[in-house]
Amino acid sequence: MKCNRCEKPATFHITELTEPEGPKVLHLCEEHAREFLATDSVSPSSAISSVLAKQLKMEKVAEEIEASDKKTCPVCGITFAEFRKGGRLGCAYDYVAFEDDLEPLLVNIHSALGHSGKVPKNLRGSPERQRQLAQLREQMKLAVKKEEYEKASSLRDQIAAIEAGQLSEEETTDEELPPSDSFQSNPHDEQ
Amino acid sequence: MKLEDLAQQSGEWMSGHGPESDIVISSRIRLARNLADFPFIRKCSPKDRADIATEVHRALDSLPLSADTEYVDVAKLGDLDRQFLMERQLISHELSEAQGARAVILDPSERFSIMVNEEDHLRLQVMQSGLDLESAWERIDKLDDLLESKLTYSFTKKLGYLTACPTNVGTGLRVSVMLHLPALVATKQIDKVFRALNKINVAVRGLFGEGSQFMGDFYQVSNQTTLGRNEVALMSKVKEVVPRLIEYERRAREFLIEESKQDLHDNVSRALGILCTAKKISSEETMHYLSKVRMGVNLGLIGDIQIPTLNKLFIHTQPAHLQKLRGNKLSVTDRNIERAIYLQRHLSKPTINENN
Repeated sequence: MKCNRCEKPATFHITELTEPEGPKVLHLCEEHAREFLATDSVSPSSAISSVLAKQLKMEKVAEEIEASDKKTCPVCGITFAEFRKGGRLGCAYDYVAFEDDLEPLLVNIHSALGHSGKVPKNLRGSPERQRQLAQLREQMKLAVKKEEYEKASSLRDQIAAIEAGQLSEEETTDEELPPSDSFQSNPHDEQ
Repeated sequence: MKLEDLAQQSGEWMSGHGPESDIVISSRIRLARNLADFPFIRKCSPKDRADIATEVHRALDSLPLSADTEYVDVAKLGDLDRQFLMERQLISHELSEAQGARAVILDPSERFSIMVNEEDHLRLQVMQSGLDLESAWERIDKLDDLLESKLTYSFTKKLGYLTACPTNVGTGLRVSVMLHLPALVATKQIDKVFRALNKINVAVRGLFGEGSQFMGDFYQVSNQTTLGRNEVALMSKVKEVVPRLIEYERRAREFLIEESKQDLHDNVSRALGILCTAKKISSEETMHYLSKVRMGVNLGLIGDIQIPTLNKLFIHTQPAHLQKLRGNKLSVTDRNIERAIYLQRHLSKPTINENN
């Protein structure tokens, strides 16, 4: 459908409740819809502007969803769209790769963000570390292929060091953690 | 330990011990964990799945667990055995139906089980009869520590234990209390009670039967969120709700007695009569009448029958159990006959002549 005022497609469908003539339907492109509301020419009620505001917001959300859906995890290769469809993530690194998109979802599910509770003694299992290892292994393979043996051997040492957990200290500080006590939920708060 | 032996016995959680055990069957806690070195299940190759199973198996062998702890390769089990473990609540439907390498580690007294390659790499489960979440938590915490000493879990300080589904991230904790609520069902108050519970973020679902068809008046109350609160706080949410449910159920039972003790007595006695005399009986009918009898015993209207016997019958009269106990496959009709025989053997008074 074309805009009532130009050749562009109409993306806004406004029903104006005008008195005393009764409801008036307008089909407008985004530009003219804005103009229509801004100029106040047909005395738009506040109700209509709020509907439009909502519509604009929805449109934005739709765009955002589309952008999110294309995001791909560099480690396991899953797209955000695939996750949305199946409801299951592909690997731990997805929590890093899709962080911005998962955050609102987590708030929605748990009404909270930030882990509180048990912490394993062995903290080597961070997805960042796994990614680092994956990258280094890839680089090492490449180095071997190119017969850069010195480089490959240094990479091998790095991998071994990470695997042995010598770099785990560094990693935990890497995570930009808020002060831990802000997460400590006290059982008494729950009452 | 063979599955056949397991079929003969019943787990500690069915023993009818522990606080509030007239209404609370058992307390369960599960933890979801993933190994850092592998992708989550949906991105696992068949080799990944096999490697996970091998790594977990190896870790278990080096742990100070009971020598009777059994590692069961679920991929090698037939339909009947998988259904048997499901009826026993030792494995989930998802694990039973999955493809590829998967396993369950069983404690001989059924105080814990560990599923390997379910929705997450590891699903630890601890069961305890009666209302006793503290002991259950203590035990699962220790079990988790043991496994963690041999395996590297996927974890970040910010989001806790990372899980395949974001609904489990953080603590990975699911606390469930199983309740028997026949009077709330009989007085048609159950929906009202559960609607009220949903507002405080506690999930309720039927224990046996899929979807909305709750068999035997068993319900499970569990926490809905796993992130942002620690394990003790999440547990306390469920713990707050359970005494209220128990109270409501007790009041509904009192109401039934006040309304007409004679009607109630008649009702539960007839239920026992059918269970003791039927020549063929379906699983659904069995659950229905066992539930009435269980309430009758708890209210002192029926004597001579022990609660642990009834708890056991709820499980042992299910299809795969009957076939395991009998030792061969049975058609639906044959199962209904076998079930009636089994019920009579366990419920009839010695004075009633037993032909079987």
